[in-house]
Amino acid sequence: MAQSENEILDGIAELVNEETGLPKESVEMDKSFTDDLDIDSLSMTSIVVHAEEKFGVTIPDEDSKNLRTVRDVVAYIQQAQG
Amino acid sequence: MSEQTPRSAPASTAVVVTGMGATTPLGGDVPSTWEAALAGRSGARPLTMPFVEELGLPVTFGGTLAVPATDVLPKHESKKLDPSAQYALIAGREAWAQAGAPEVEGERLGVVVATGIGGVTTLISAYDVLREKGPRRVLPLTVPMLMPNGAAGALAIEFGAQAGAHSPASACASGAEAIAYGAEMIRTGRADVVIAGGTEAAILALPIAAFASMHALSLRNDTPETASRPYDVTRDGFVLAEGAGVVVLESEAHATARGARVLGTIAGAGITSDAHHIAAPDPAGLGATRAMRAALQQAGAQPSDVVHVNAHATSTPVGDLAEVAALRSALGGALDGVAVSATKSMTGHLLGGAGSLEAIFCLKALEEGLAPPTINVTELDPQVDLDVVLDEPRKISTGSGALALNNSFGFGGHNAALAIAGPTGSAA
Repeated sequence: MAQSENEILDGIAELVNEETGLPKESVEMDKSFTDDLDIDSLSMTSIVVHAEEKFGVTIPDEDSKNLRTVRDVVAYIQQAQG
Repeated sequence: MSEQTPRSAPASTAVVVTGMGATTPLGGDVPSTWEAALAGRSGARPLTMPFVEELGLPVTFGGTLAVPATDVLPKHESKKLDPSAQYALIAGREAWAQAGAPEVEGERLGVVVATGIGGVTTLISAYDVLREKGPRRVLPLTVPMLMPNGAAGALAIEFGAQAGAHSPASACASGAEAIAYGAEMIRTGRADVVIAGGTEAAILALPIAAFASMHALSLRNDTPETASRPYDVTRDGFVLAEGAGVVVLESEAHATARGARVLGTIAGAGITSDAHHIAAPDPAGLGATRAMRAALQQAGAQPSDVVHVNAHATSTPVGDLAEVAALRSALGGALDGVAVSATKSMTGHLLGGAGSLEAIFCLKALEEGLAPPTINVTELDPQVDLDVVLDEPRKISTGSGALALNNSFGFGGHNAALAIAGPTGSAA
């Protein structure tokens, strides 16, 4: 069952916080993971792995490399949860 | 041989200690660990992890940390580091703070942090994830977390150390060898300041089963706190423990120039190998003897300068006696009256963390003029002709030239001896 955009955003913010220590409120829809949040590729991969588990979706590598902003990830998960 | 050693300062740079840090079964830092050691407390306790019963392990206790690392580090730090690196980071931060966070160029700052086993917690848990959830769930930081140089790399990043980050692996001699290597980096001019020590986090089902399979562990499951009893006639093996000890080493010139408080001196170090057996010590302790002699020689010292020995003494039937023989041949008659402490009777055996923690105990002993006790000895093995400090701390001389010897030996036939001088006296 699909979760709301806000629920997914909260969940992503939690994962980012646990991975990097960044405050949850800094994880906003239009932020870029690499440019704005300064998250390196290894941490990003960890976040994707945890997100798959948390949201019950699969995010293949060929898709995850195109997920640049928080909004991209939220939208992808929402669609995958269908 | 030692009689011919000139009693003068070695021509090389003096290496002083300006910071100490630890997290151990006795306490979350050096002051609490030392206080517990002087009080003769045991850090051995029953293990509460589910695997102990599930797998029917023959040993159900160990020396777990007094203060869990996850209580100290925020989650985003702890989840990126194997527990062995977490412990090293906690100890490293304490040591660095005590040293006054020295201002030093990154290229003149080195790290030597050793472990006996490496990131075994990560290795085992990642393998469990692989088997249970498949390869996609294996996290990308698994490799940097399980590699044995992970702790050294993490500390180099933390403190900006660019002179080199090293991880000598010599099993239970690793922590002492790291301090010896760090001192050498300073003596040979590669660095002015080196963060050095050892760490271990291996209280897990597999290491317990494997050490037990060698008959290396005490089986006193009913009384963990009395299980580690070096030199007692009924000793039956060591107590597996975890933790880290880290020191800040500094060239004397660098420490003096910045007005740092000197806690002691690494006056000499000796490292040898037995080339005898992969796990058993040379029964005559020849390699250990050579290590102690080399440490004294580098310190420009005589056996009679030694006032205190922190022995390796893990509480195994064979190992304890081999060290007694080695001590006798290294120090001869000068061994009589030397206060010998076996602090593993309290801490258990921190494997790669043991040597550096015990170097810290030597520094504290010389600073306070008190040798820590050896607990749980109810009947001293008659073959142990040492003046063992039993039950209560004992006053030791801390005058100029007084030295403490710290022995560490490891599977593989590794021997490391450190000759340590206190804050007021150095063999130089």
